[in-house]
Amino acid sequence: MERYWKKNLQTLALLLFIWFVVSFGFGILWVEELNTIRLGGFKLGFWFAQQGSIYSFVVLIFIYVIRMNALDREFKVNED
Amino acid sequence: MDLLTWTYLLVGLSFALYIGIAIWTRASSTQEFYVAGGGVSPLANGLATAADWMSAASFMSMAGIISFSGYDGSVYLMGWTGGYVLLALLLAPYLRKFGKFTVPDFVGDRYYSNKARVVAVICALFISFIYVAGQMRGVGIVFSRYLELPIEWGVVIGMAIVFFYAVLGGMKGITYTQVAQYCVLIFAYLVPAIFISMQLTGNPIPQLGLGGNVADGVPLLDKLDGILADLGFEEYTSGKKSASDMFMITLALMVGTAGLPHVIVRFFTVPRVRDARLSAGYALVFIAILYTAAPAVAAFGIYNTIQSTSEKPIDTLPAWVTNWQQTNLIGIEDKNGDGKVQYLADPATNELRIDKDIMVLASPEIASLPNWVVGLVAAGAMAAALSTAAGLLLVISTSVSRDLFKTFRPEISEKKELRIARIAAAGAVLLAGYFGINPPGFVAEVVAFAFGLAASSFFPVILLGIFSTRINREGAIAGMLAGLVFTISYISYFKFISPELNTADNWWWGISPEGIGTLGMALNFLVCFGVSYLTPPPPKNVQDLIQEIRIPKGAGKAYDH
Repeated sequence: MERYWKKNLQTLALLLFIWFVVSFGFGILWVEELNTIRLGGFKLGFWFAQQGSIYSFVVLIFIYVIRMNALDREFKVNED
Repeated sequence: MDLLTWTYLLVGLSFALYIGIAIWTRASSTQEFYVAGGGVSPLANGLATAADWMSAASFMSMAGIISFSGYDGSVYLMGWTGGYVLLALLLAPYLRKFGKFTVPDFVGDRYYSNKARVVAVICALFISFIYVAGQMRGVGIVFSRYLELPIEWGVVIGMAIVFFYAVLGGMKGITYTQVAQYCVLIFAYLVPAIFISMQLTGNPIPQLGLGGNVADGVPLLDKLDGILADLGFEEYTSGKKSASDMFMITLALMVGTAGLPHVIVRFFTVPRVRDARLSAGYALVFIAILYTAAPAVAAFGIYNTIQSTSEKPIDTLPAWVTNWQQTNLIGIEDKNGDGKVQYLADPATNELRIDKDIMVLASPEIASLPNWVVGLVAAGAMAAALSTAAGLLLVISTSVSRDLFKTFRPEISEKKELRIARIAAAGAVLLAGYFGINPPGFVAEVVAFAFGLAASSFFPVILLGIFSTRINREGAIAGMLAGLVFTISYISYFKFISPELNTADNWWWGISPEGIGTLGMALNFLVCFGVSYLTPPPPKNVQDLIQEIRIPKGAGKAYDH
């Protein structure tokens, strides 16, 4: 079980790192640098702050769901 | 049919639907009342969570706030969605495995202490009351604006509806009404957004229309930047707030979202741990549909408003401007007497005052859509307010009946507990209604409270309760109290005691009261660790409990003591 927990924590660390980068990183800390790049009619930093980060959050949760279901099966701690 | 008839018809139909669902899903046991019997599908729970979460503020006010703050408004978009990542990854699956009914349940059991439980109950009640008063007010405002009824009557009707399905149906009734309410509110939000997006940018998807070009081929956002700069405002895509304040507010809102008891409790209603993970994903999808449309509604709204009023003669303004002038949401004052409207950043020469709620409430009229769309938006705003109010009332009633009564009087029968829960819900509806009719002048101000308190009290102790085996009773109680007292003091000081000092120069490290929850959370973490390592570790049975909630296998139905 210790290995299961460790792998879980690794998954969390990676996903939360991405969570931090797309919102706090791209949307706030580096927004001015990214705003020099354009994505259609958007400045990229502004896009991340108002749309891109939200899309990323959705994807992150679904990656987590898939990854954890696989991990549960691998360590036979799944529920059925 | 005229506008008022359409509005009565659509609002009335939506109410009939909610009541029908409530009768159909009446709760008969405490388990059904608290967690809908633990048998809600992940998809239904995702829909219900989205409706639970999106309040009158999300529906009516958020787009308007973004309209007038541009890039700075991003804190709400990121803050109120990013919290779901924390919830899905760090809290929801483990709390579902724990398998009890409330957040204070978890705090009380994990920290083997009724003191900790009572502190948690007080936080939960405080947060929920702040929030629910705002929702009742929202219901009253919608009634008064669209149905031309006095606000008091609107609040009373809203109370009656919520009373009916929350008191009767408990969590089971609330869950299925929230599913219906989500459908109503998202439809009502998107229809005008889609039409306005088509009119302005030719793109039917508002999320893409925001990045589209206006008629003369210039990207909408660039055009908006230019127009606002000419009028003396900040550019739309760059903000006034400092990066550090943006950072702190966003984090406080995210963590606060993850710590709100009425959101957390929704994840107790699904059958399995993996359903809790999945339904957090669904919930965020349904929330994201509105939250990615909101910045588009915001930009279209401010663009349209400026285009149709700025430098235009006052007597030829479009009908919607004059309509909303009557409700005092738009005010025009011809200061320089030239017969035209000047919308300017400088308050001395600005002649146009627009309430932020206009951007959503008037959107069908701005786009010249038929009357039924106006009625639909009214029904949608009502759905958003009622669904959130119901979820909060359930937290309040559960806190009283289960966390207070059942904890200290464990011998009461289930039937009696259920009756107490219903009485508590009824009492909470009345109290919320009272505050809706006689709002304390600070309703808008105290929203910062709800998130700040959730961030600084619940989130750290729940997180550490799962991810650390060393944090003990003493640490948790000290941490919660430290976070709470610090955050309440800071917000009260700048909002109530010395509001005149509420400027960036006086804030600690430039952190506004909205963002102080982040610091309160950090303090909670520090105190929690410090005190825990100075006192003995938790007993063996608690260590076992922690190991138990970390693995999904063996999650039964939500069970009782």
